[in-house]
Amino acid sequence: MKKKISKPTIYSLGALALFVAFLYWLDANRLTQGMVISVLQKGAILALVATSMNLLNGFTGLFSLGQAGFMSIGAYTTAILIIPVKNLDGVYYMNGVHPAIKALRVVMAQAPPFMQTIFPFVALLLGATIAALVALVVGLAVLRLKSDYLAIATLGLSEIVRSIFSSPQFDQITNGSYGLNKIPNFPPMFFGLIPSLITPFIITGVCVAFIVLLINSSYGRAFKAIREDEIAAEAMGISLYKHKEMSFVISSFFSAIAGGMLAMYMRSIEAKTFSITLTYDILLIVVIGGIGSVTGSVVSAFLVTAAKEWWLRFFDQPLSLFGFEVPLFRTGFRMVIFSILLMIVVLIYRKGLFGTNEFSWTWLTSKKARRKP
Amino acid sequence: MREALLLTEHLTMQFGGVVAVDDLNIKIPTGEITALIGPNGAGKTTAFNVITGGYQPTCGRVIFDGQIIAENHPRSKMKKIYSGTYTEPSTQTVVHTPDQITRLGMARTFQNIRLFKDLSVFENVLIAKHCHIKASLFGSTFRLNRAEERAMRAESEALLDRVGLLSSANEKSSSLPYGKQRRLEIARALATGPRLLLLDEPAAGMNPKETDELSAFIVEIKEAFGLTIFLIEHHMNLVMDISDSIYVLDYGKTIAYGTPAEIQNNERVIQAYLGVDES
Amino acid sequence: MSMTTILQHCLTGISLGGAYALIAIGYTLVYGILRLINFAHGDIFMMAGYFMIFSLASFPWPAAILITLVVTTVMGIAIERIAYKPLREAPRMSIMISAIGVSYLLQNLSTYLFTAIPRGYPEIPFLKRIFRVGDLSASFVTVLTPLLTIVLVVILMTLIGRTKTGMAMRAVSKDFETAKLMGININAIVSVTFAIGSFLAAVGSILYFTDRMSVTPFSGTLPGLKCFVAAVFGGIGNIPGAVVGGFFIGIVETLLVALGYSTFSDAFTFLLLIVMLLVKPTGLFGEKSVEKV
Ligand SMILES: Nc1ncnc2c1ncn2[C@@H]1O[C@H](COP(=O)(O)OP(=O)(O)OP(=O)(O)O)[C@@H](O)[C@H]1O
Ligand SMILES: [Mg+2]
Repeated sequence: MKKKISKPTIYSLGALALFVAFLYWLDANRLTQGMVISVLQKGAILALVATSMNLLNGFTGLFSLGQAGFMSIGAYTTAILIIPVKNLDGVYYMNGVHPAIKALRVVMAQAPPFMQTIFPFVALLLGATIAALVALVVGLAVLRLKSDYLAIATLGLSEIVRSIFSSPQFDQITNGSYGLNKIPNFPPMFFGLIPSLITPFIITGVCVAFIVLLINSSYGRAFKAIREDEIAAEAMGISLYKHKEMSFVISSFFSAIAGGMLAMYMRSIEAKTFSITLTYDILLIVVIGGIGSVTGSVVSAFLVTAAKEWWLRFFDQPLSLFGFEVPLFRTGFRMVIFSILLMIVVLIYRKGLFGTNEFSWTWLTSKKARRKP
Repeated sequence: MREALLLTEHLTMQFGGVVAVDDLNIKIPTGEITALIGPNGAGKTTAFNVITGGYQPTCGRVIFDGQIIAENHPRSKMKKIYSGTYTEPSTQTVVHTPDQITRLGMARTFQNIRLFKDLSVFENVLIAKHCHIKASLFGSTFRLNRAEERAMRAESEALLDRVGLLSSANEKSSSLPYGKQRRLEIARALATGPRLLLLDEPAAGMNPKETDELSAFIVEIKEAFGLTIFLIEHHMNLVMDISDSIYVLDYGKTIAYGTPAEIQNNERVIQAYLGVDES
Repeated sequence: MSMTTILQHCLTGISLGGAYALIAIGYTLVYGILRLINFAHGDIFMMAGYFMIFSLASFPWPAAILITLVVTTVMGIAIERIAYKPLREAPRMSIMISAIGVSYLLQNLSTYLFTAIPRGYPEIPFLKRIFRVGDLSASFVTVLTPLLTIVLVVILMTLIGRTKTGMAMRAVSKDFETAKLMGININAIVSVTFAIGSFLAAVGSILYFTDRMSVTPFSGTLPGLKCFVAAVFGGIGNIPGAVVGGFFIGIVETLLVALGYSTFSDAFTFLLLIVMLLVKPTGLFGEKSVEKV
């Protein structure tokens, strides 16, 4: 029997092909398209964290604010494992690098070139696994807490991780308050078939696809049941402890992958990068996209990043119209406008862009149809 | 009398100074319908919550199908303020979480309907099937359990058909009319594959006609699924019609037990319901 | 460490703790009534710092203090009216997100208005006067903070215990719905709560920043979170609990810094929170409540 390919699938494949073509075009013109590339890459990274946060907050109903902490675990692990050996001493110039790390890195540097191309991905996975283990242990304790206590406990956890990373006691590993730099950019994939510029999109694509599949599986339905009503879900035989733990661990895993990518994107990280503000930024992306919508989180991640780093930039520049200095326009105005927009979403358009719906072509066309009187 | 599927022995639940359930000893025979009645605040829902694992009892035990699923005795602070009638010499404690108890074969509905409001009628039932899933998280995510998933969906559909909700399968559960919501809650409980079904005021808010339909429905599902039923209800017609035996609770204490006919003529029950002052 | 140094650190700790206690009360009151972690509370405290800087630039100190207290209080009430009141019936997560949004807005707004560069906190002459007892030396503010805290708490407790408004506050925090049914004007009570919380945060701010000497748009975040921890530690909704929690965290933090573990002093606070939530979620003095099924 031959399966008929449905129209929406064709549209989606078409859109995907266009996007990939666009990315290759960007790669060919990377010298002139710096802003677009940087916005899209950062958007892709934030799309992954936002989706993983949404898995917890929007689909499992666990109000967790620990994202930045798990991202930092991913970022530091990745950075420590991929900073070129020749730069290690320069990076850790203040306190020296820990001998164990140095030894490991020297061994890694002697591996055959093929292995070398895989190491960055291994580093991402390792960081994510460590984050997942931390989440597993911490989850045992904090997931019993009710909504707002969970929020503050996870926020606290993230701060604990941050202060450990920045403490002088771990100088030789995390380089304390100096942070890590000289982190290489994204690696290319498949022997250069996929240029390094496109790598973050592939990683985010794969991870978000996993989360979507999970959400639509039986376990994902159980998560939603917990979000809707914990007591009823438990009475239906769903183990709260087990499912919350699953959601928390998986979310942390992907946050850490995104954290590792952020390290590659920024090329240098410090503990301050992963402060509470980062978690808030991500939460706001989720809220604007719609709590409980993956497409919402993804779209919103790109929109918010583009708006913040690109479209609204002009707010920060002094502006003169017809020879008048418009008084409000100066550094910081952009973020004020942005916060006000956000409050408008929170207070008035409470569902965000997508509510709990997912994007679909039929939804798009039917919405158009509905708009006609 | 037939063998008991559910037993409680000296079951006591105390909140602070309030003894909500005091020395409750019930026997629910397999295959029968047993009712629990009593005035508002008598402790009926609390008894359900203890039996289904929502609260840990203060004292006494719950035995389901020969297995102790909950047991406790007054401990630490409670020891000092304990004011239940019965004092347990045993010092064993057994705890099961509500989901474990459900998987053992006991399902319940709630007095104040607790559906998964934003999810569809179909999803509500399908979720209840999740508790017996064999596939792991990864198996399920990568769709390696297609056969199992298909079976879960087919069974859920069959169940919805059976309770007459198939036509509204794709509607949001909170958009259903009240009577159907109650029915959906029962269907959802049935989807967990219980042997014992606990219904907390299934007829609350229904008119006489709907109540009669519900009576028939309860008897019907009992036969069809080979259930044992334990129900709380204020509609006396329903209780008297379908119950094999009745327990009456007042201020946490069991004041009567018997067949519907016996209960109808029991002095203490009438007093409790009319609120006659005994002093 | 010599005895004097230890005492000196204890004194600093008690002083810091006093400021924390005042902020913690704001959290505990609001949480008691709305079941909301007011994430913006720390930023209100930060804004109070800026208000003081600007009012002291053009007014004598008594007037400046008065202006700071009044403006902060009004701001607290306004935030509640604009950002929390419309969400009374919304899910709990929404109102928490709104609080985070306000915090975000206040930080960005103050970065815009005052830049992120630390601003020197003006010296209020009488607060800075140095006292010496033996080898111990302390500025007046160090001694004043704990005393003023205690006095304010006693006044607050009396108000809550004796006045009609106080009684209504207690009723609302015990059972929001029933209190509403009994005809208590919920909105008025919530406003009063925010007014008290913000007023105390403003007092705390003056005491805190006089010792710290500079304010940035992010100065409120960490102290804010720590004070929430203090409130949880003492038992949320419980005023004396918040005070004990504030002092405890202030003292331990100061000692940790003195011992050279300054980067861990924040971690300690959150570790305390997590341990407390696990061991005794109701806090030191909190009452237990069971969720009804
Ligand atoms: N979680 C709890 N904490 C404190 N007291 C409780 C709790 N749950 C129930 N109670 C008290 O226990 C007593 C019995 O309540 P319960 O809900 O079991 O009554 P009920 O028989 O189901 O009444 P109704 O017919 O109104 O449903 C009441 O006084 C109630 O206030
Ligand atoms: Mg009841």
